[in-house]
Amino acid sequence: MKDLTQSLLDTEDEVMLRDAARGFLADASPVSALRANRDAGRAHDPALWAEMAQMGWTGVLIPEDAGGADMGHRAAGILAEEMGRVLAASPYLSTAVIAASVLRQAGPRGTGALQAIAAGEATYALALDEGPKFAPATTALKAERQGNAFRLSGVKAFVADGSTAGRVLLLARTSGMPGDTEGLTLFDIDADRAGLQRQALSTIDSRDHARLVFDGVTATGDDIIGDLDAGLAALRPGVQAGQAALAAELTGLAGGAAAITLGYLKERKQFDRTIGSFQALQHRAAHLWSEIEVTLSAIANAGRVLDATPDDAALAVSLAKARAAQTAKLAVSEAVQMHGGIGMTDAYDIGFFMKRARVGAEWLGDYGHHAAIIAAARGF
Amino acid sequence: MSDATEALAAFRAEISAWIIDNCPAALLGRPMDESAIVWGGRNWTFADDDQRLWLDRAISRGLTAPRWPVEYGGAGLSRAQEKIYREEMARIGAPPPLESFGLWMLGPALLEFGNPAQKAEHLPPITRGEIRWCQGYSEPGAGSDLANVQTRAEDMGDHWLVNGQKIWTSYADKADWIFALVRTDRDAPKHKGISFLLMDMDTPGITTRPIRLISGKSPFCETFFDNVKVPKKNLVGELNRGWDIAKYLLTHEREMIGGGASGLLGGRSIGQILAAQDGNVLADPILRAEAMQAEVDALAFNLTMGRYKDQAEAGRGVGNASAMLKYYGTELNKRRYELLMATAGSDGLEWDGAHGGLAPEWLRTKANSIEGGTSEVMLDIIAKRVLEMPGQ
Ligand SMILES: Cc1cc2nc3c(=O)[nH]c(=O)nc-3n(C[C@H](O)[C@H](O)[C@H](O)COP(=O)(O)OP(=O)(O)OC[C@H]3O[C@@H](n4cnc5c(N)ncnc54)[C@H](O)[C@@H]3O)c2cc1C
Repeated sequence: MKDLTQSLLDTEDEVMLRDAARGFLADASPVSALRANRDAGRAHDPALWAEMAQMGWTGVLIPEDAGGADMGHRAAGILAEEMGRVLAASPYLSTAVIAASVLRQAGPRGTGALQAIAAGEATYALALDEGPKFAPATTALKAERQGNAFRLSGVKAFVADGSTAGRVLLLARTSGMPGDTEGLTLFDIDADRAGLQRQALSTIDSRDHARLVFDGVTATGDDIIGDLDAGLAALRPGVQAGQAALAAELTGLAGGAAAITLGYLKERKQFDRTIGSFQALQHRAAHLWSEIEVTLSAIANAGRVLDATPDDAALAVSLAKARAAQTAKLAVSEAVQMHGGIGMTDAYDIGFFMKRARVGAEWLGDYGHHAAIIAAARGF
Repeated sequence: MSDATEALAAFRAEISAWIIDNCPAALLGRPMDESAIVWGGRNWTFADDDQRLWLDRAISRGLTAPRWPVEYGGAGLSRAQEKIYREEMARIGAPPPLESFGLWMLGPALLEFGNPAQKAEHLPPITRGEIRWCQGYSEPGAGSDLANVQTRAEDMGDHWLVNGQKIWTSYADKADWIFALVRTDRDAPKHKGISFLLMDMDTPGITTRPIRLISGKSPFCETFFDNVKVPKKNLVGELNRGWDIAKYLLTHEREMIGGGASGLLGGRSIGQILAAQDGNVLADPILRAEAMQAEVDALAFNLTMGRYKDQAEAGRGVGNASAMLKYYGTELNKRRYELLMATAGSDGLEWDGAHGGLAPEWLRTKANSIEGGTSEVMLDIIAKRVLEMPGQ
């Protein structure tokens, strides 16, 4: 699964990228920004997105001749990790990682879209889940042929960035039955198209999620990415890239929550001593640190494998997502517990970490989904 | 490819051909149980001629101690080359030609702290499997609190006079020499009055008494020192600075225990082993879930071992983070053996049966998180040294 001579250590360039990202995000998007947006009822911050575009982040996976920086999946993961650390909210995963990875495979048809993403002009949402769990093959949303066109009808229940994205990548059924892996087709359509209703959801992580109702939306053959009835194949690079980057985000989130908690342990006093001097808490903090260290290796590995052998990345990607979901859950649970009462208050930041960790654990496949892929890949 | 990459690729081809040419076929892929390990020493008897042949050939290439300088019997490999060597050994299924505390622990400490005469005297016999070493650290009153050692060495002018007792000394009854922590200054603070001393186990006054373990075996002993005369030249490093050596050596030991414990059970993962068992034990959803979890954690842990090795190779030491490898690897290994026992059911309950050997191995893993510093001590080290949490 991995080229053993390939190191999981950050290269010099990667260290610089990480430092730059951390510095920028600390100023531009601290947790207080997420709070302010939530309080103002704002799920998308176009100014932040424009700055990310300026720095080349929107083009992290886009070829240079389409205006991107083409830094690769490891770099995309490092950015996601740093965003996770401060809970920076943006359509980065949906647009710069998932859509860009899909469109990159779409030949000349994708080039214009890639240019628009790299320039920060286009944002995307991936409309996939129809039920409460990630299961692309169960897609039922119908794309019925009408002459040269398609009529799209059905509901996408939980679409990240779905209420604000300018465009939608949509997986629809062109033939077969829900559950078939064949007969699915991937469409790239304008989010303003007639018949598409977007209902913003009020989700625990204060980020943009929407229910998308398609009521006879018209699409044409030009809107298709990849081949008719072969939508899963067209989608795979995007889903895998998204899973790896989401895993990175969750691990960054775990690190952020752990860092806040460690700070608190060194500062809060009870029984006339800092609570961080209690061995019971030291051991829990040390265990959490160990889990994060181990998960960080899986994150780096997924990025490296996606960069080197993207067609053979399923195990590495699922390992990253499975570990990250668990590590983030541990981190936020321990964080709240070790803060005591203040950890339960809305005024304190740690709750935001807990809520985003729960959303991230579900999106693009939960622990069980990925553990099953790993088990299959390992022969049991 | 860069020149360095090309050179490594060439090395891989060369070393893999050498292993295939030199390791007797009968040894390839043999399960690494206790009887397959070659420990060496004055009284060693080989299980068969193949073991002897493989050891001789490995010695001639310096490959019993791949990273040690050639002048001391090593192969002088770089870290990257050593990694490739181990990968090729594992891939081909060749067993390590020699294992010993000398190779794992004393050697690295001598290379760092020994004087030229000590290196010349002790390192080559280790690489040739001629002298087998044991580790005399723990005492009845000095376990986790190792710096509390009371065995004392008095300066008698032309020799040291050693009196006291060690305990849990693995293989003391089989070893030829012992490296020990002894108190040389009783008035100094406890970390500052310890020295690192080498003793021939044949010296009059040293006796051992085996201790029987829950696994039914007796690999370790109580070791007694009764007016033992030790040459002055056998003190390593500076007088009363033995604690530095002790800590350095423990770091090696911990990486080794953590790493060894994590090894994918003879190259196979827990899931693969279970899947191959009769009766499809993995149909049990609870065992299956536990096996999946162990697999996930083992894969991620192995990547972490690789990352830490690369970090050491890049000259950025791992330092106290090695405590994490020890903690995580050993706890993981205990989980995996619990799973193997659970899936074996009553077949795993006999000392020797269809799954003969499993029960003692399972019991042995319980020591992984005790020997070389307990899990609790490892978590203390992480909390204090890595996370810089306040003292009690
Ligand atoms: C199989 C095996 C092989 C060994 N081989 C050798 C050998 O070759 N040479 C050698 O010198 N030694 C050897 N040892 C000894 C080993 O290093 C010690 O057993 C170990 O360091 C623990 O010491 P102890 O047994 O005295 O336990 P103790 O230190 O008494 O520990 C008892 C319990 O208390 C906990 N504890 C102790 N201090 C603290 C603390 N500050 N905070 C929280 N919890 C604490 C421990 O974690 C443990 O759970 C071996 C041990 C085993 C099991």
